[in-house]
Amino acid sequence: MRYILRRREVVADDWRHLGEEAGDGTAGGVDGGLIVPLAQLRDAAQRWQSWSGRLGVRLTPADPVEELAGLLPQLGLVAVDFPNPGDGRGYSQGRLLRVRLGFRGELRAMGAGVRQDQVFLLARCGFDALELAPGEDLEAARRALERYDVAYQPGAAQVALRRQRFGS
Amino acid sequence: MYRYDELDQAFVDQRVAEFRDQTRRYLAGELSEEQFRPLRLRNGLYIQRHAPMLRIAIPYGLLSSHQLRQLAAIARRYDRGYGHFTTRQNLQLNWPALADVPDILAELATVQMHAIQTSSNCVRNVTADHLAGIAPDEVDDPRPYCELIRQWATHHPEFTYLPRKFKIAVTGSPQDRAASQVHDIGLQLQRDAHGHIGFTVLVGGGLGRAPMIGVCVREFLPLSELLAYLEAILRVYNRYGRRDNIHKARIKMLVKSLGVERFREQVEAEWLAAREQAPRLLPAEVERMRDFFRPHPYETLTDLDPCLEREPAFKAWYRYNTRPHRVPGYRAVLVSLKAHGRVPGDMDCAQMEAVAGLAERVSFGLVRTTHTQNLLLADVRQCDLYGLWRELAQRGLAMPNIGTLTDMIACPGLDFCSLANAGTIEVARQIQQRFDDLDYLYDLGEIEIKMSGCMNACGHHHVGHIGVLGVDKHGEEWYQITLGGSANGFTALGEVIGPSVPKHEGAATIARIVEVYRALRTEGERFIDTLRRVGLRPFKECAYALHPAAA
Repeated sequence: MRYILRRREVVADDWRHLGEEAGDGTAGGVDGGLIVPLAQLRDAAQRWQSWSGRLGVRLTPADPVEELAGLLPQLGLVAVDFPNPGDGRGYSQGRLLRVRLGFRGELRAMGAGVRQDQVFLLARCGFDALELAPGEDLEAARRALERYDVAYQPGAAQVALRRQRFGS
Repeated sequence: MYRYDELDQAFVDQRVAEFRDQTRRYLAGELSEEQFRPLRLRNGLYIQRHAPMLRIAIPYGLLSSHQLRQLAAIARRYDRGYGHFTTRQNLQLNWPALADVPDILAELATVQMHAIQTSSNCVRNVTADHLAGIAPDEVDDPRPYCELIRQWATHHPEFTYLPRKFKIAVTGSPQDRAASQVHDIGLQLQRDAHGHIGFTVLVGGGLGRAPMIGVCVREFLPLSELLAYLEAILRVYNRYGRRDNIHKARIKMLVKSLGVERFREQVEAEWLAAREQAPRLLPAEVERMRDFFRPHPYETLTDLDPCLEREPAFKAWYRYNTRPHRVPGYRAVLVSLKAHGRVPGDMDCAQMEAVAGLAERVSFGLVRTTHTQNLLLADVRQCDLYGLWRELAQRGLAMPNIGTLTDMIACPGLDFCSLANAGTIEVARQIQQRFDDLDYLYDLGEIEIKMSGCMNACGHHHVGHIGVLGVDKHGEEWYQITLGGSANGFTALGEVIGPSVPKHEGAATIARIVEVYRALRTEGERFIDTLRRVGLRPFKECAYALHPAAA
């Protein structure tokens, strides 16, 4: 069973990635959703349009979020991959999904770049779910969401801020 | 100057706590070196040749005397009693212990200072004209806008992991003393026909491996749109800047590959699409910021001649180390960190404390750092100049060489920096020895030497009238010479004159170059103007005349 942080709580993951075993309690429940890479969604559009379960998409850093505009109503989750902590493209993807495309479903950061020292800014960009890099301490990551209670810029309400300088 | 409010103080305190925990985890083996690296760099901490190096931010070069005293105290307690002022108006400590850095940052936070984002791939310290607020030719004081940009860029949720470092400079004067054309973003303050403040926005300038002059993306950006527009530029860069090749990752390469037209279209489209959600610059916030930088309560004085009946040494200092002030009876004073025999930009604790005390007595308690690695006391009554000169001279801070050949810029080079190919300190020392005659220096007039120990160009060698670049040749330190660079108003990149020269030939080569100038100049003509008039050829021919160096 995989655990993730969702809205500051440690929960069992009820989604699985395409290619992961379903059922047997390893990842996702019986009615769990399935996360499919954008390339798959593109190449086999027919197959996924008729998919009856909950569907999520997974973006690589280079994927243009604009391509998802028409698909978002069908998607319960968008997972953004951070292959390493230094690749910051996913921060823009997350913010654009939330602010420009108005995505309301689960926005998940995942990958080797999602560590406790990144989660605060990820949450500020609108990520409400964090699938941490292997070996990361979920409790420490949860506490890391409270490292700051002030910020200069406007941002998502995923972390509780006491004061903020610039409004939008 | 700007004073932290409760938000600013809470933020830096929380940042210190975070870094203390990160350092603890690293020392406990919970974070690998690779995992710790981007975290420490975003707090200004490098691991150098001999020891860590901590780069402390001095936003747009402005310090209170209280802050300068604290820097001295920190350098004495945690380092070897001195610091190095850099071309980006910051201060570097060369010998702190890694385990002490959280304590150093905590001590900085008590005087409203930090080392946040002085390194790594994020928005760096915003720099400005060191004569901001006092220059007679100024459109508007750039510092309120620098501070707004500093705050907007600090711990930015979206732009803290950019493809590469990102430098912003703001100039308030047409005579650009902030080198805005060689920054990732250069902002030039303007007034429109109605007198409203705005900016000409340049993007894609930079030195380093592929030097480029910034291109104009917008002629006039209204002030209210400043943060929204910066956000649009940064978003285009964050999304599309290259991340696969560190040498092609600066925004200048994106501008080059797209072409300025397409780059501009993308930025403008992003700006229009994001405007509603972008951070808004409300007039009240701008006014709050401007209030921190209002003119001092100057006395009503008239200009006088401070040189009347004074000794020649004072007159020379007055001529070279002071600058006009827009208020009658006042003068700006450059504190030279270029005394011969000293490392350019270095300052010891006693000197810092002395300058802090002088600032309190004669310059409203404020000190500025300049990108030419000197300090500035900006608001000195002309009647105080003579006494100030005597005190600075006692401390070795009155070398009357500002603007002359030995007022050179130099990065720390191979003696400290792990990126460097060659030393700069020894070459600077040779130049100081060779040009130790003040009359000769004055005869040569205004010449800028800028020296970098490697292609990263921290010493801005591309824009020196004479640029010196350290190169590694089969494990030996050699130096490539460029001529004709400039970053003041008319920005130009220097051209390489030929093969590089060995270390012992550095100063001698420069001596031959300036002799060519002496032979060819017309009455009153500056070095750079002679060079532009006659071209490189005569200089190339003579630079190597005595000791032809093998390529």
